[in-house]
Amino acid sequence: METRVRILFLTLVAGMTLATSGCSSLPFFGKKQDTGTAEAPEQVIEPEVERRDIVKPKIDTEDFEIGGFAGIMSVEDFGASPVVGATLAYHFSEALFAEAAIGRTDTEETSFERLSGAAQLLTDDERQFTYYNASVGWNLFPGEAFFGRNRAFNQSFYLIGGLGSTRFGGDDLFTINFGAGYRLLFNDVFALRVDFRDHVFDSDLLGESETVHNLTGHIGFSFFF
Amino acid sequence: MKSALRSLLIILLLLAASALHAKEYREVSVADPYIEMRTGPGKGYPITYVAERGENVEIIRRKTDWFKVRTDRGREGWVNIVQMEQTLDAAGETTEFERVGRDEFLQRRWETGILTGDFSGADTVSIYGGYSISRNLSVEVWGSQLIGNFSNGWLGTVAVVHETWPEWRISPYFTLGTGIVQTSPKSTLVATPDRSDQFAMVGAGARVYVTRRFVLRGEYKSYVVITSRDDNEEVEEWKLGFGFFF
Repeated sequence: METRVRILFLTLVAGMTLATSGCSSLPFFGKKQDTGTAEAPEQVIEPEVERRDIVKPKIDTEDFEIGGFAGIMSVEDFGASPVVGATLAYHFSEALFAEAAIGRTDTEETSFERLSGAAQLLTDDERQFTYYNASVGWNLFPGEAFFGRNRAFNQSFYLIGGLGSTRFGGDDLFTINFGAGYRLLFNDVFALRVDFRDHVFDSDLLGESETVHNLTGHIGFSFFF
Repeated sequence: MKSALRSLLIILLLLAASALHAKEYREVSVADPYIEMRTGPGKGYPITYVAERGENVEIIRRKTDWFKVRTDRGREGWVNIVQMEQTLDAAGETTEFERVGRDEFLQRRWETGILTGDFSGADTVSIYGGYSISRNLSVEVWGSQLIGNFSNGWLGTVAVVHETWPEWRISPYFTLGTGIVQTSPKSTLVATPDRSDQFAMVGAGARVYVTRRFVLRGEYKSYVVITSRDDNEEVEEWKLGFGFFF
């Protein structure tokens, strides 16, 4: 508002300056014209107006999403155990996002190890299952979820898939992952995520090489920034 | 595990707290007959309000190409960038918003991404970060994990990349670099010692700008590994992946 008034005022002043100087040079008003010596009209007011740069407040962008999750991971032959991890995502558009994730679980003994009693296939270190991956996700079915009569939250379902690496059994394994999830936004920046994914790799840990599926289900919270 | 969860929760809470403090918002006025305000940042969310011509709205935040605005009457909603660009700012001019396109891609400074492919029979997953010195020249640091049938390893590379025709839609580049490769045999095989060797690398590839901050990238690299044995080893690698730039 203040700037608008100032602009208006300055326009008025400039207009008046122009008008007075312009008028004096007109033959009807000016007497100088008669003398024959054309002098430049004297400027009464020196316009010393500095151009003001208006600093626009920056707009908060929230295209990044950081989160943590916990859940259950079933590692083929090695039981199901709790998994924890973290994610970092970048949202390209309302539909598309890229996500990097790390996760970790401590696997259990195989049924063979338990039944045989003493035989241990892996050391404690090797039993630790850690993975990282980079995936691309696609948001589907955006909409609102209603909780009671007066509360609605934004939600969307997503499909996700990517690749990465797994460290398990003293070995690094090239891993692809794919699955689906659900994101419920409590407000613009805070979200709940439920995610189900399959991590697939080829392993020769139990003798011959086979394709191993490791199903994971986890719940997490994420924050947009 | 519990402590990790707890610290994560604390970080999330801190982040949430930092976003709460009051701010001054940019204000624009509607110049189109009306703008549509939706409940969420996407085409799929329902329109619950329209702000008419002459109404002032505050821009609260942005998510991808959607802006959350608040009218004078306190109504809030998400508006698409196409409609936001038809609004007028305080000086009475059409509002401009930062849009990421090809021009920003050509003037990018930082780039990062992930590629995967084949390193002489082994699977490889590579992460890279790059800094552009000029439109043509950039420096890149690569970290690759090698996952083979008989051995695993790590590869670290520092490289110079020359993008010869950056304005081409499929833009080729050439690269030269050096680094260290570390290989260790698989645990299921007989133990042989880990090896760490230096290498020199030469390669070529291409970038394709897709959309927004998204780039597709494919490349071929040829390595000469300087081993302590009589012969140097030559390794070929090809990779495909995506990156994004800042």
